[in-house]
Amino acid sequence: MEAINANAASLKNKANEILGVNPEDAKLTKSFLLVSFVALLLGGLFGLLQGINRAGLLELPSWLNYYQVLTAHGLLLIVVFSGFFMIGYFYSGLSHTLGGLLPKVRKLGWIGYGLSMFGTVLVVIMVLMNEATVLFTFYPPMMAHPIFYFGLVFVVLGIWSCCIGAFIQVADWRKKHKGQHLPILSFFATGAFVLLLGCTLFVAVEVLFLILPWSLGWVDTINVMLARTLFWAFGHTAVNIWYLTAVSAWYVIVPRVIGGTLWNDTLTRVVVIALVIMNITGGFHHQIVDPGISDTIKYMHVFMSLAIGFPSLMTAYALFVVMERAGRRKGGKGALGWLKKLPWGDVRFLAPFIAMLAFAPAGAGGIAQTTFQLNAVVHNTMWVVGHFHLTLGMSVAMTFFGISYWLIPFISGRVLTPAMNKLGVIQTYIWAAAMVLMAFAMHTAGLFGSPRRTSYTTYGDHAAALGWDPYMLLIGFGAVLLTIGVLIQFYAVIHLMFFAPKGQTEFPIAPKEPGDVTGYWTERWGVWVVLLIIVVAMAYVVPIVDMIVNAPPGSPPIRPW
Amino acid sequence: MHKSEKVWLTISFGMIMLFMIATGYQAFALGMAPPGGVELIDPQKVNETAPFDQPGIKQIGDNEYEVVMTLQLFSFTPMELEVPAGATVHFKLTSKDVVHGFQIVGTNANGMIVPGYITDITQTFHEPGEYLVICNEYCGIGHQVMATTIKVY
Repeated sequence: MEAINANAASLKNKANEILGVNPEDAKLTKSFLLVSFVALLLGGLFGLLQGINRAGLLELPSWLNYYQVLTAHGLLLIVVFSGFFMIGYFYSGLSHTLGGLLPKVRKLGWIGYGLSMFGTVLVVIMVLMNEATVLFTFYPPMMAHPIFYFGLVFVVLGIWSCCIGAFIQVADWRKKHKGQHLPILSFFATGAFVLLLGCTLFVAVEVLFLILPWSLGWVDTINVMLARTLFWAFGHTAVNIWYLTAVSAWYVIVPRVIGGTLWNDTLTRVVVIALVIMNITGGFHHQIVDPGISDTIKYMHVFMSLAIGFPSLMTAYALFVVMERAGRRKGGKGALGWLKKLPWGDVRFLAPFIAMLAFAPAGAGGIAQTTFQLNAVVHNTMWVVGHFHLTLGMSVAMTFFGISYWLIPFISGRVLTPAMNKLGVIQTYIWAAAMVLMAFAMHTAGLFGSPRRTSYTTYGDHAAALGWDPYMLLIGFGAVLLTIGVLIQFYAVIHLMFFAPKGQTEFPIAPKEPGDVTGYWTERWGVWVVLLIIVVAMAYVVPIVDMIVNAPPGSPPIRPW
Repeated sequence: MHKSEKVWLTISFGMIMLFMIATGYQAFALGMAPPGGVELIDPQKVNETAPFDQPGIKQIGDNEYEVVMTLQLFSFTPMELEVPAGATVHFKLTSKDVVHGFQIVGTNANGMIVPGYITDITQTFHEPGEYLVICNEYCGIGHQVMATTIKVY
């Protein structure tokens, strides 16, 4: 029996190698990506409503108020669109580079999908019923309906199921391939899932032990500061995981699309390891102007946040070297001649390339706003909104879009036609123009003091507030353009998934540069995880103990909407 | 590692260090740390706890004032303050309900007001004018009207 199973498995592997895709694994990824892009469509439409409200052109009705729309926009795009995409993409990467998912891993993937979907539906229903108008951050003592929090619990359980599946897959491969390097894309996936598990632990503690007992009325009050701190240990890491996912495509996929080779394999892995170890510890840079945390602890978090800038700067160098090398090998001459040799008409390159460019101002803005005193200048202003529309809205989203033009045909057994590619290029330019416009307006309005998370207001026609209006109009215009971009992107995804001509598409993974030898020491995941835990402990043990031991009397629940 | 990469990474590392030294020096040597404070208060008993039982403005020195202020859905107490130009104002702020923000538009005064804690923010008003004070953290359905002014004459 076992022999037959083994035989069947090896046959399946062979089929996988020939066809390039395991149909069952493809189905799993397809399901995740479909949810992701439906979330993009809905989240995008909510964004449109917000944009034109802030431009002063639309008053939202009481049954769908601005803050409801904002809650839905944030959760759908920051959590659902990005999270489902990341899991679908990396599961497909694991399947492709590690010889197909193990049956139990596939099962864990489906369980994760089911749990997350169920949780998402609960959350969305509560938000649409105006029972959870608490925004993406759901800061206590503002309290939503308990079902909203149960929904979050199911989302997290689903994520854990997917994380554990990924770990089992990787561990199994390593056991069967002693002494070999984990393929680079799976190396990225491992790092991303380690972080995903690490950061969701914090929010799970927040929701399970602090918020749920309180929202069910089992306890009267909640430790507001502790909840807030646990949230940000999760919140910032989450967006950095989406960024790490995008970075994996910059290092592994883009070089293949432009006909080049991988960057130095050891250094690439060092970047992944550095991002994994240092990522969770920067959470307090969201709390720099909070009371209750000492200046020295805040300063340590500023340091830890800025440290993440270093691997990103390594990335900036690496990517341009990879592009230059590929361009020169194709005959590009002179200082910038290699640029002309890059495939500008190929959406699989163009979209992630613009995403990389966006990360330059996005990262610089991030460094500026993390920096202690400068944070007070822009904290909770539109500047921050501009920042994460550059990081998430451009760097992450455009990379994900770029991936979708080959990954969806790959898993659907279809091909990207030249016409579809052209539509993708047009979409890319629309999206880029809209985001640049919007991010510029947001950053500027923020410097003039316009607050984030606030519906249209002139504060009784105060001169300062009226001065923001031209920028708000630009934001509204950007939101309209982005909606066109969302519609095109959604159309492209549906077309590539169900209607494009049948055929075979490559999963583009760049080959190594000849003679590039990877240091085996990079494979010590146990050490990296221990280092991660040590760094997190350095950052959080002292302040969290302080917040618990020296807590003020707690807060009762309040529903201010 | 290529030479140009070494140069690039050295510059990157130096830049981050420079940021750290600059902010650390400003925070700890020049006393320019961001707003904060570690004083606690019972958020359900703000009205009975000194000094918040008597919110208001008090002169404490030569053109130096202390403002004791509470934030609640969706207002500030006291509203519409007036101080002379050049005045340094020490704000002591706390929330009676949810998390609020305190931002004086056109200045760097910007901090979170978390129930259970007292936030300290100091601001010197050099220029005369009517400063807009807003809540910049979502606090509920009326968040966009939570504002007041400080008149500097």
